[in-house]
Amino acid sequence: MPSMSLFMSQVFNGLALGVLLSLIATGLTIIYGTLGVINFAHGALFVVGAYAGYSMFMATGSFVLSLVAAAVLAMAVGLVMERGLIKRFYHRPHEDQILVTFGLSIVIVEVIRGIYGGVGQRVPLPSWGEGVIDMGFVTYPLYRVEIMMIATSVLFACWYVLYKTRLGLIIRSGIEDALMVRLLGINVQRYFMLVFGIGAAAAGFAGMIYGPMVSIVPDMGFRVLIQSFVVVVLGGVGSFPGAILGGLIAGQILSLTSLFNPVYSDVMLFAAMALILIFRPQGLMGVEGRA
Amino acid sequence: MKKTPFDSKRSEGRRTFIKTATGVAGGLVLPSISSNAWAQKKDYPALGNYPAGVSGDTVVAGLTLDLTGPYSAEGAGQRRGFELAAELLNKGDPRVKKVSPLTQQGILGKRVVLAIGDAETKPNSAVQAATRFIRQDKAMMIAGSVSSSVAIALQNTCDRAKTLYFPIISGSSDTTGKDCRRYGFRLCHHAYTASKAIAPILAKEYGKNMKAIHLVPDYNYGHSIHHYMKQFTEEQGWTTIDNPQIHPLGATDYSSWLLNIANSGADILINHDYGADAVNSAKQAYEFGVLKKMKMCVPYLPAYMLEEVGPEIMEGVFGTMVFWWTEGQKNEVGKDFVEAYKEKYNALPRDPEHNAYMTMLLWADAVERAGTFYPPAVVEALEDGINHKRPYSMGGEVYFRAEDHDGVADFAIVRGKKPADIQNKDDLVDVVAVANGLDTLPPIGYAGCSMGSAT
Repeated sequence: MPSMSLFMSQVFNGLALGVLLSLIATGLTIIYGTLGVINFAHGALFVVGAYAGYSMFMATGSFVLSLVAAAVLAMAVGLVMERGLIKRFYHRPHEDQILVTFGLSIVIVEVIRGIYGGVGQRVPLPSWGEGVIDMGFVTYPLYRVEIMMIATSVLFACWYVLYKTRLGLIIRSGIEDALMVRLLGINVQRYFMLVFGIGAAAAGFAGMIYGPMVSIVPDMGFRVLIQSFVVVVLGGVGSFPGAILGGLIAGQILSLTSLFNPVYSDVMLFAAMALILIFRPQGLMGVEGRA
Repeated sequence: MKKTPFDSKRSEGRRTFIKTATGVAGGLVLPSISSNAWAQKKDYPALGNYPAGVSGDTVVAGLTLDLTGPYSAEGAGQRRGFELAAELLNKGDPRVKKVSPLTQQGILGKRVVLAIGDAETKPNSAVQAATRFIRQDKAMMIAGSVSSSVAIALQNTCDRAKTLYFPIISGSSDTTGKDCRRYGFRLCHHAYTASKAIAPILAKEYGKNMKAIHLVPDYNYGHSIHHYMKQFTEEQGWTTIDNPQIHPLGATDYSSWLLNIANSGADILINHDYGADAVNSAKQAYEFGVLKKMKMCVPYLPAYMLEEVGPEIMEGVFGTMVFWWTEGQKNEVGKDFVEAYKEKYNALPRDPEHNAYMTMLLWADAVERAGTFYPPAVVEALEDGINHKRPYSMGGEVYFRAEDHDGVADFAIVRGKKPADIQNKDDLVDVVAVANGLDTLPPIGYAGCSMGSAT
């Protein structure tokens, strides 16, 4: 039986994992909810953010500028993708959307590999991120605590935009009923583009803050893509609170399972997703009948 | 008798006739002498891609390289090693002849052509690429791997197709153990040999009362090296904490496993990861303060981990490597290889480049000795390597053991240098010992190898 302090440390770790997953899944769920597009290029945008941030860091040494570059470049790539190709697939079946976005993700990842090579790149921890915090029950890397706070702030900002601004109102209405929003004379296309850009920016931002924890390689987005899809299914498609709840639950499943049988962490996550699909297919906070 | 003009003409005619007749008769006889001589040369039946694959003036080597996935850096390194070897073979470079003395130009006069495919670190993709090389390109040899799951899958495929296969990096002992195949030959050391070599060194350094916890990637190689490191360290008196942290291959976030490790009470973390996984787990082990609580050992040390992780973390970490360039400088073949690599790529080579290069030369040598590309003859020539040992880049000699096709080749036990002692970007480890290739091999039959037929 694991000790109480180990248990608490895994709960905390699950929280940290969950907040990051929530951030990535938020972008995905908003895109899927508003545009109805299953964006398999979301993981590639995560990688774009990581490499954009890396290049900016190498050029300027500024972590903050790297975060900005990551979000901006991921947003730019997302907008080009959306305007150039994806908007033609809004009314196509989901299988077509999956194929085109998956294809785009392969192209993006290979372009990155062509530019940077396959050998992992290192972004050092920012000076304010070095060291550990001793919280009694766990000694935890300071940087991970900080990115929990950063990710939480960004999620709060997303909440504010979605629930307290006109833009957010339109996005949420578009999730409910895009046709009605169009009939009200609102240029839904422009908002769709913006939504895609915001979702892409969130993924890119997450890629950069994840960067110092791992070796940055072109394939780093694939796992993240799969896990964020699981979170969206758990929480409910198109639901921002669902993405947060789903992310937090997913984080806990991953870390707590490892206490008992490390091999099964991923398996338990998919088992949870399977249970949700059987008993509550719309997700924990999704609305029944929404595609 | 007075010669008349009539007489002269007739005698000229006769002389000409005799000369011509002799010439024609000789000409008729000559091919049959030649054809007798050719007929004495063995007439091999068609098998695999023989003789179709060598009917022209080229021979294709199909390279199934992990160009994407967690081992993509190693895959790219193998590509560079193969390209260098092919270039030198095709030129008939004198350096090549030290390993393959019968080489003139190319292999048996055929220019070596490389066909390159991405195995994606996945067995399915690797098998698809190899099948394409064998069927479309008529490859006479397939080589390349980093993941042992890929290597074993390719070995099966190539064995069925009667085509030689050389895993270039394969750490699982199963590749020349229970999954051995008649057409597969592995040069590099592996889980059993690495563990046998490093365990006594670790015991000498850290003592005999260490508690070890293992971080294991969940696939063939991970379980193989976990098994043998446990066995050999326990033989030295160590205790293994019965909570191995087994994780999916390609995981990026090791936080949950590292928290368990940090709380385990272990004295040393045995990190069985490879490629990008090793880099991520080591970096995160440092961040979680695990390396303040315990030592770390990476028994099968990936080539690029040292620079990707950095000397602050790798200081004092023991591991094994097939090749290290400083040791290579101490013998001719190693020195030739390092020089040739530096000329072409302006960098110093590591394991993947080395293994690819040496394997291609040993293949060329076997084909030259066999005098043919006929697959069973080349297999026999490789199996006869004990009678044709070649000088090796880590010193000593190299050949493939006939019974299980395991490479008999010395390899390095290394320890990460202190940052203060590092003199340049390639000066990353001290070679603390060179393990004897033959002494570290498992007893014949130990790992369960049972060979099939070559025809």
